[in-house]
Amino acid sequence: MSQAVLERFRRVVPAVDHCSLRLVHEEHDLLTVRRDVLQPVRRTVDRGAMITVHHAGGVGYGATCDLSEAGLRHAAEQARAWAAYSAGRAVVDFSALAMPAAGGRWACPVERSVSGRSLVDLVGVLQDASRRLHPDERIVDWTASLWSTRSRTTLATADGAVVEQELELLSPDASVVASHGGEVQRRSWGGGRGASQQGGLEILDDLDFGAVVDRIPIEALQLLSAPDCPSGNMHLLLAPSQMMLQIHESVGHPLELDRILGDERNYAGTSFVTMDMFGSYRYGSELLNITFDPTVPREFASYGFDDEGAVAERQHLIRRGVLERPLGGSISQARAGLSGVANARAQSWNRPPIDRMANLNLEPGDSSLEQLIARVERGVFMRTNCSWSIDDSRNKFQFGCELGRIIEDGELKGLVRNPNYRGISATFWRSLVGIGDRSTVGVFGTPFCGKGEPNQIIRVGHASPAALFEAVEVFGGAS
Amino acid sequence: MRDQFYRIFDGLCAQLQGGERLRAEYAGEESDFVRLNQGRVRQAGHVSQGAVVLELVDGQRHAAAECNLGGDPAQDLAQLGSLVQDLRQRLPLLPDDPHMLLPEGVAASEELADDRLPPAAEAVDALLRAADGLDLVGIHAQGAIHRGYAGSRGPRHWYRSHSFATDFCLYHQADKAVKATYAGFDFDAEQLAAQVSEARERLAILTRPAKRIQPGSYRVYLAPAAVAELVGLLGWDGFGVRAQRTHASPLHRLVQGEAQLHSTVNIDEHFAGGLAPRFSEDGFLRPERVPLVQGGRHVGALVSPRSAREFGLEANGCDSDEAPCSLELAGGSLPRAEVLAALGTGVWISNLWYTNFSDRTACRITGMTRFATCWVEDGQVVAPLDVMRFDETLYRMLGSELEALTVEQDFLPSTDTYYQRSTDSLRVPGALLKGFVFTL
Repeated sequence: MSQAVLERFRRVVPAVDHCSLRLVHEEHDLLTVRRDVLQPVRRTVDRGAMITVHHAGGVGYGATCDLSEAGLRHAAEQARAWAAYSAGRAVVDFSALAMPAAGGRWACPVERSVSGRSLVDLVGVLQDASRRLHPDERIVDWTASLWSTRSRTTLATADGAVVEQELELLSPDASVVASHGGEVQRRSWGGGRGASQQGGLEILDDLDFGAVVDRIPIEALQLLSAPDCPSGNMHLLLAPSQMMLQIHESVGHPLELDRILGDERNYAGTSFVTMDMFGSYRYGSELLNITFDPTVPREFASYGFDDEGAVAERQHLIRRGVLERPLGGSISQARAGLSGVANARAQSWNRPPIDRMANLNLEPGDSSLEQLIARVERGVFMRTNCSWSIDDSRNKFQFGCELGRIIEDGELKGLVRNPNYRGISATFWRSLVGIGDRSTVGVFGTPFCGKGEPNQIIRVGHASPAALFEAVEVFGGAS
Repeated sequence: MRDQFYRIFDGLCAQLQGGERLRAEYAGEESDFVRLNQGRVRQAGHVSQGAVVLELVDGQRHAAAECNLGGDPAQDLAQLGSLVQDLRQRLPLLPDDPHMLLPEGVAASEELADDRLPPAAEAVDALLRAADGLDLVGIHAQGAIHRGYAGSRGPRHWYRSHSFATDFCLYHQADKAVKATYAGFDFDAEQLAAQVSEARERLAILTRPAKRIQPGSYRVYLAPAAVAELVGLLGWDGFGVRAQRTHASPLHRLVQGEAQLHSTVNIDEHFAGGLAPRFSEDGFLRPERVPLVQGGRHVGALVSPRSAREFGLEANGCDSDEAPCSLELAGGSLPRAEVLAALGTGVWISNLWYTNFSDRTACRITGMTRFATCWVEDGQVVAPLDVMRFDETLYRMLGSELEALTVEQDFLPSTDTYYQRSTDSLRVPGALLKGFVFTL
């Protein structure tokens, strides 16, 4: 299929400075069992192509799901027409940009493909999980789900470079709602598809899906009778299931170069980070080491090339607390005059690439979880994000978790419900006083990072150890 | 597209076997998107997309598949025919679905709007002319939107609109900006210029030195766009009967009668007053309106076909997510012209941003002010404010602290373009609050 489309593309390439084709073919299977009833089963096949033109300084694209020669020709004409319109009106001279020209192939490792398992077996796995998710009548809603994706992307330039990539992804999910005496509590696995990874059914075994579906209803029931989270300035220990969100919102988004350049100011927002900060700004304590790493096997947003063809490499964004480089792809790098990373990514064939996170990870330290806890006189250990909000400069944030545990005098104590905390990105990371070692690392990912105009969602991955912060404003619920 | 969709569907129906039933949804669009930053083009292009969801039903078993249409009717029929074969092979592997509900009867509907839009480049030219010399950032989107439904027992529904949305900000510096949206079906360059001109005038206020206030409780006026952010968040599990019956709704206490909103708060899903198709994704016709909150009390919910079966209710036209698409908060008694005087001294909030539940059971919502939020003294706008975080329950914001809703409502078409251009909308007034707690 892709070869035939490539040949058609070669026949319709207009006479322009630069032209490329990005062909995407994705298949999604969604299986969900809710309250022991299999929900409507759906398979989605999404395929189409985007042709991008740079000419006379302008830029344009045409995207279509009509992959015939006539369809591609029309898309190329649309791309050329918009490039002509934007010539002389564009944010940068697009014809002067040196676009990535490498070719190659990349595929993620898969041990046991979902496609190798029968529909009956997969439904059986979920029905078994569903039964285990409601151990008593106080669990009033419960869901188990598997969302599997197979993705093939082909990126070709008119000059002959071809990049081919194949992915298989699994986004498992499990959640419960517990209710009794007017109190309602939820528990989930990773806060809603947060356990997403690349690969096949081996992910369920590696993450011990069975143990998860046994544990979360019990925790939800325990939360019903737990006291509310205390309020005050105290130590805050965050598990990887919350660190994924903390990293995402208050490191990832502020470092996106297109935000810093102003592209997102009408929608996703700007950034408190400015271009002059790179190389010198103290973002956090000496313990803070953040890497952009699309090379980690199995993490949700790994790839060999970004959607403009740039070769993906591991890069430090923050080293020992000092800001080094932004999350900016080839075009943003040229506009800003800064070195960046290979992160120009698009949701699918019908949206153009923009600067995105991929795998954005906090590097581990050398403290065990017990050692981190032992350092705390008074604090809260929080797990699994359930609420997130941050200002348009990615500075003032407030996050909430599904579950908290009191830490007193260096020991973990009882559960607390409705744990929340708030802070300011520009200062929060400087209060990082402890980093867990490799034994505390959790690898999370989500399919749902929204940004861009037109809007796009993208897959991101975040691996993190447990992390300890001091003097954080912590509080509970309103009830 | 309509005739092609129906022809393909008829061809598929001819392949049905025994007691099989088939239903199909269509969603497609021809969209131009021009993205701007600092008054210059960042990205510009055209997207042509169309996809069909087929659902094969046999008894109480059913399975669905979705794929894009390529444009060649014969090839599309062959591709979809192959999908039906795949679905036929899947059905015996699936259990009966006790919650399946299909529309009966042969209802038909059509909304076919004319294309009165100028070429997208002309619209963008008009925007750039109007904002010449200003730091303009945003997007212009326009084109045709198609939605369709067909069932093998006769129902046929089709919707076609040609709309535009020019969603933009004028920036002074950093995060100080005025946001505006010009959207509709008839693009008028003079109207757009007037809107840009009004935004330019408001921008002048933002050039004054910003005022900082301490966290605490303040009198505030929430402009309609800010109210829309709050009410829109409630669409996330708030009004659906599935979430309400399983206690997952953030309006749980309202639904249970344990809490109520101000007696002037009336909320409807006003299908007839919105832009969305008058049929649901499942092929059910939508009523004119579904009352949800009246006199501050819960009176109804959005009921999808599955929930209708699960909870023994009547479906009322919403999609499977039970999220509203044409929500309306009724206007109140305060004329908009008197808002500044009524506010006296406090905060005028043009927009809220990134709202989320910080305690779902209590319907406590946190979020940020954004864009043109200003300090008002004695009915006069004095200075822009730096952004502030709030954390408040709905029962205070639209309950104990609500002083008045404005008489006038704003109609706010959604500018969302996730996956496809949205046809959702909100109709809301502004809200004057006696107390509103900023926390950071």
